[in-house]
Amino acid sequence: MADNLSIQGHATVSDSPSPAEMVKPPALALGPLGWVRANLFNNWFNSILTILILWLAYKVIPPLLDWLVFNSVLPGEGVTNQTCRASGGACWAFIHEKYRLILFGLYPYEEQWRPILVVLLIIGLLGLSCNRNFWRPWLLGVWAAGGIVVATLMWGGILGLPFVPNTLWGGLPLTLILSVVGLVVAFPLSIMLALGRRSDLPIVKSLCVTYIELIRGVPLITVLFMASVMFPLFLPTGVTIDKLLRAQIGLILFASAYLAEVIRGGLQAIPKGQYEAADSLGLSYWQKTGKIILPQALSITIPPLVNTFIGFFKDTSLVIIIGLFDLMSASKAALTDPAWRGFYKESYMFVAFIYFIFCFFMSKYSQWLEVQLHRGHKR
Amino acid sequence: MKTKILAAMGTAVAIALGASAAVAGPTLTAVKQKGFVQCGVNPGLPGFSNPDSQGNWQGLDVDFCRAVGAAIFGDAKAVRFTPLSAQQRFTALQSGEIDILSRNTTWSLTRDTSLGLNFAPTTFYDGQGFMVPKSLGVSHATELNGATVCVQSGTTTELNLADYFRSKGMTFQPVVIESFDEVNAAFFAGRCDVYTTDASGMASIRSTLAPNPDDYIILPELISKEPLGPAVRHGDDEFFDIVKWVIYATMEAEERGITSANVDEQTKSQDPNVQRLLGTTPGMGQALGLNEKWAYNIIKTVGNYGEIFDRNVGVKTPLKLERGLNGLWTNGGLMYAPPVR
Repeated sequence: MADNLSIQGHATVSDSPSPAEMVKPPALALGPLGWVRANLFNNWFNSILTILILWLAYKVIPPLLDWLVFNSVLPGEGVTNQTCRASGGACWAFIHEKYRLILFGLYPYEEQWRPILVVLLIIGLLGLSCNRNFWRPWLLGVWAAGGIVVATLMWGGILGLPFVPNTLWGGLPLTLILSVVGLVVAFPLSIMLALGRRSDLPIVKSLCVTYIELIRGVPLITVLFMASVMFPLFLPTGVTIDKLLRAQIGLILFASAYLAEVIRGGLQAIPKGQYEAADSLGLSYWQKTGKIILPQALSITIPPLVNTFIGFFKDTSLVIIIGLFDLMSASKAALTDPAWRGFYKESYMFVAFIYFIFCFFMSKYSQWLEVQLHRGHKR
Repeated sequence: MKTKILAAMGTAVAIALGASAAVAGPTLTAVKQKGFVQCGVNPGLPGFSNPDSQGNWQGLDVDFCRAVGAAIFGDAKAVRFTPLSAQQRFTALQSGEIDILSRNTTWSLTRDTSLGLNFAPTTFYDGQGFMVPKSLGVSHATELNGATVCVQSGTTTELNLADYFRSKGMTFQPVVIESFDEVNAAFFAGRCDVYTTDASGMASIRSTLAPNPDDYIILPELISKEPLGPAVRHGDDEFFDIVKWVIYATMEAEERGITSANVDEQTKSQDPNVQRLLGTTPGMGQALGLNEKWAYNIIKTVGNYGEIFDRNVGVKTPLKLERGLNGLWTNGGLMYAPPVR
């Protein structure tokens, strides 16, 4: 059609050369209408798709907005679960009623300023570590100090803070602690495993291969199940190892096996010339690995590493099967209050929003870091 | 499905090691030493054990743990709760991680024997029931031949359902859904003719989640027996006795009309039964290895059986359960305490 039009147009111009007609752009080819034509209705298939999507949007968006905004019940004076059930919209009053349970689990109500500080502290530490200028040995010291402060705040028992057993920890602080501690411990472990797997020493190599393949061969839920249900039975009676610690160790074991494979991928991507060049300079194995190979390998593995981090952050919600109240299980527990049953959409949306914020920032940071680290040899 | 396999694994593990789980010394000594009772509960079952908005545990199962704490320490707060998944619960008890399992656990022969558990008296008689829309025009479960049935997967509910229809020579179309929320949504959206779940949950599901509760009826038949009660480990009779009599004390108190409000007056009662229970006439506490005020402390801080029931699941709560089978034997229920003497 477009071709025909232009041919006709051309013919008209050559027949009667009026300059005004020559300059006037065809209204259907430029401007907003032109954009719509070129992008949404440029052939019959796309036209049908566009119409279909518009129809779906018309069917979905107004009721969704009604539910989310116009009919929703905001917290306020005299707003109860009955108000919510009558309205038919989203019950944000439910979130207002339960947000402290969802965010902090069973942590004693009056002491919940402590987990708030812990969350801020962990986010602060993560933010600090995002800046490459701070990647210096003293950062390890800051993390160690941060870890001590977090432990002090969460457990208490000193400095006049009442003791809170870790069976009462829950919500966002628990999710953050499980994933941050898990990754911080698993990361060095995984580097060792990856190096071990590529080692020439037969025993080291076979140990690493066995470990990685064994852990990767089972689902995380099985590792957690073993840690929480089978493991206590092998201990002498009366000896119990803390439930949280068992889950944390299970998560570390799991994360390290996956991270090790990601890092091994990076190690294998380094050209052989780099190894040979380092050898010819007379560097020892550790010098070669620490100064030449690992920095390059880690920087090219950033996308898959962050992918694993994000996955792991969300995987911590599997601790629900062993009765720990992380963010996800706490939101489920909030739904079991007899008076507030059935507001699961609101509860899950709230939790999804929190997960999204964390995962989105991780993802954005990794993109930024990738650009930073690849400046030298961007292809 | 996953839950089901895990549950089976958990049970298999628990059975394999249950019989050999030995106990290090009497539980009571250990409990007194640490200063609290460690109690395994459900991470979230409305009315039985669920955290409230402030993160405090509440519910029927939870209150019986508190009663044990009150009997031993005179303080209902001398209890710590361990939320346990269905797979973990038996191992947690066998390995000594918890002292009492008070987690809506059905008392059955194999659990009582090969799992190495001792079941204290039943604190709640549950059973599986059916709910149908009124428009279906059905008033008895026996008229459900050929019906489409919504059921949550991975629970004994599914098995009981199949057993019931087979035993009656009827057919049915199961609609098996994993999550609690989705199975409710499916039923109220008209996806199936019948919804089956535990009777204890049914009334509250109808009252809180149905678009119009009056459009649905609960059929009178219960197709399974689910006596739920606390359990302790095999091999410690002293502690088993304590848990048993804590529960009997709450029933006995209700039968004698002793409530948390009037227990102080009742200590002056002339009734020898009341005197023995409340320790005005000493002897009962000593026989259990407890303080003579054990029952007084339970009733004062937690209440009698009726109070516990009404507070957590009774008609004034969102669960709206009638006493029914859980009434006192004097009112046609099954709650019957042996004499306290």
